[in-house]
Amino acid sequence: MAQRKYPLADKLDREALLKMYRQLVLIRRFEERCAQQYSLQKIAGFCHLYIGQEAVAVGVEAAMRPDDYLVTAYRDHGQILARGTPAGPVMAELFGKATGVAKGKGGSMHLYDIPRHMYGGWGIVGAQIPLALGMAYASKYREEDRVTVCLFGEAAVNQGAFHEALNMAALWKVPAVFICENNRYGMGTPIKVSSAVTEVYKRAAAYDIPGEYCDGMDTLDTYEVVHKAVERARAGEGPTLIEARTYRFRGHSMSDPAVYRTREEVEEERKNDPIPKLRSYLIAKKHAKEKELDTIHEEVEVEVEESIRFADESPWPDPSELYTDVYVDPIWPEKVHA
Amino acid sequence: MRELTFREALNEALDEELTRDPDVFLMGEEVGAYNGAYKVSRGLLDKHGPKRVIDSPISELGFVGLGVGAAMMGLRPVIEVMTWNFALLALDQIANTAAKMRYMSGGALACPITIRGPNGAAHSLAAQHSQWFEAQYAYYPGLKVIVPGTPADAKGLLKSAIRDPDPCIFMESETMYAWKGMVPDGEYTIPIGKADIKRVGKDCTIVAWGRALKIALDGAEMLASQGIDCEVVDLRTIRPLDEETLIQSVRKTGACVVLEEGWPYFNAGAQISDIVQRACFDILDSPVIRVTGADVPMPYAMPLEKLARANADSVVAGVKVALNVRS
Repeated sequence: MAQRKYPLADKLDREALLKMYRQLVLIRRFEERCAQQYSLQKIAGFCHLYIGQEAVAVGVEAAMRPDDYLVTAYRDHGQILARGTPAGPVMAELFGKATGVAKGKGGSMHLYDIPRHMYGGWGIVGAQIPLALGMAYASKYREEDRVTVCLFGEAAVNQGAFHEALNMAALWKVPAVFICENNRYGMGTPIKVSSAVTEVYKRAAAYDIPGEYCDGMDTLDTYEVVHKAVERARAGEGPTLIEARTYRFRGHSMSDPAVYRTREEVEEERKNDPIPKLRSYLIAKKHAKEKELDTIHEEVEVEVEESIRFADESPWPDPSELYTDVYVDPIWPEKVHA
Repeated sequence: MRELTFREALNEALDEELTRDPDVFLMGEEVGAYNGAYKVSRGLLDKHGPKRVIDSPISELGFVGLGVGAAMMGLRPVIEVMTWNFALLALDQIANTAAKMRYMSGGALACPITIRGPNGAAHSLAAQHSQWFEAQYAYYPGLKVIVPGTPADAKGLLKSAIRDPDPCIFMESETMYAWKGMVPDGEYTIPIGKADIKRVGKDCTIVAWGRALKIALDGAEMLASQGIDCEVVDLRTIRPLDEETLIQSVRKTGACVVLEEGWPYFNAGAQISDIVQRACFDILDSPVIRVTGADVPMPYAMPLEKLARANADSVVAGVKVALNVRS
């Protein structure tokens, strides 16, 4: 197999690359422990794990500026961790605790960290795409040089919201990058069953914007493609549609045993695991020794363990929180239910 | 005070808020170059320019979502829906995103958007263009629903909605745009969530809002000539609902008729009747009477459409039932 070229990533310094590796390992380990905590009924409701897709969130984050805006769907644990939110408040949110990133009112599908420009965390397929359009529109309106990156699954591109938002994004050249995380299954439905055009990036032609694809199992390839699109948007040249070809190693959510995929298919995809892939690169480029990378795994293990302890020991939201945050003006709900 | 049409009053509110706050923009179908499908935004593109007054494609879900996203970032979008019938396409962004973002984010986000346009039936537009939606939006915690009945209220309430930190649903009416009324000079706002007694009376309270206010007042005049003195409470805002003013009025008159133009089942009047009957059970001599449109999709043919709609005669009949008066 020919060695893949990374003209942009090759210029990244050791620190940036090790940060990416740490993020991959953190997301993986966080999600594995989430699955376990779900089985222990510490986490309830719908819980969509990111295992297998980590390269997308990490590659995207590396391609963005910290003050760029990110918005995604309900499979959002990986993105908020990549943005740099500490694992503790994220795990606490999944536990529904008062110390969670949304004070326990959002849960797994609704994770926010506004100071870190993570804007959720949205539960309706494709609904965050018009929202991203509005976010990018606001940047253009205010003449900010910030870019909005919007993530969504491949099933979302069959929603009207996708079409309407991309049309206007292209029409008004807003600074947005639309990234489809194509994990090939909309819940249990393979893309070839749901979509007339299975190569999602080709849909960009309908809006006369660039359509690109990247290997969403490869952190550095994702970084390369997204970085170009982000800088293009920042330069005022308009939006790009990117198809990140990825794969989730687990079911759609914790309640999905994923019997619609063959064991062979999953085993084959596991060979593309993004973590060993970046590890090989770091070793080959002499950015790190095996032992240093092992240390990262050990540190992450402690960090995730600590996040579970934090979530466990945190209090439930106070009953008085039931009627707060419905409106900005707190008089109204309190008045009604007094 | 000057006499203005409803349309002119709304236009003034938009113009003043666009002038006052650079974060305010108006977007919708035909709001710019065409000067508005109903001419509410006449002249605003010329005066404020294409950055502030933006013609959108026919993509209700998309441009309402754009407004919700821009509001989430702190701008103050005013999104015009050509009619609320078309906003059904955008319901997901209103009900699932705008109404819930503050709660789901634990108070980290806010959505100061105003979505406005005509609600209800005009004349002979048939079923898909003749529907009342205020109760549907009032159902969602997180939204505010404003339905003014006079030009003065429309102006003051629209300015309040644009300045309000929460998502506001603002409902007008095609047939009201040309109606005239006295409007105060200069800068003023009207608080959201405050009802207004538009006619003082002692025998029976008639509750109305939006276009139905005029029907209620017409009915009250007809009753006055028969010696029945009605009080007309204009709710102005459906959510939050001014329960205090409503209850005080009914406790004074001892009888209540709720008028609404939409369908009877599960409409706002059902909620209002519930509130009144629980708060005033001890003094009511008859049940709260509801006057509504007919429970059918709106017919096209004029005689049938007339039959399907509430009017001043049905208000008169309703009040007489409430007061146990024989016609």
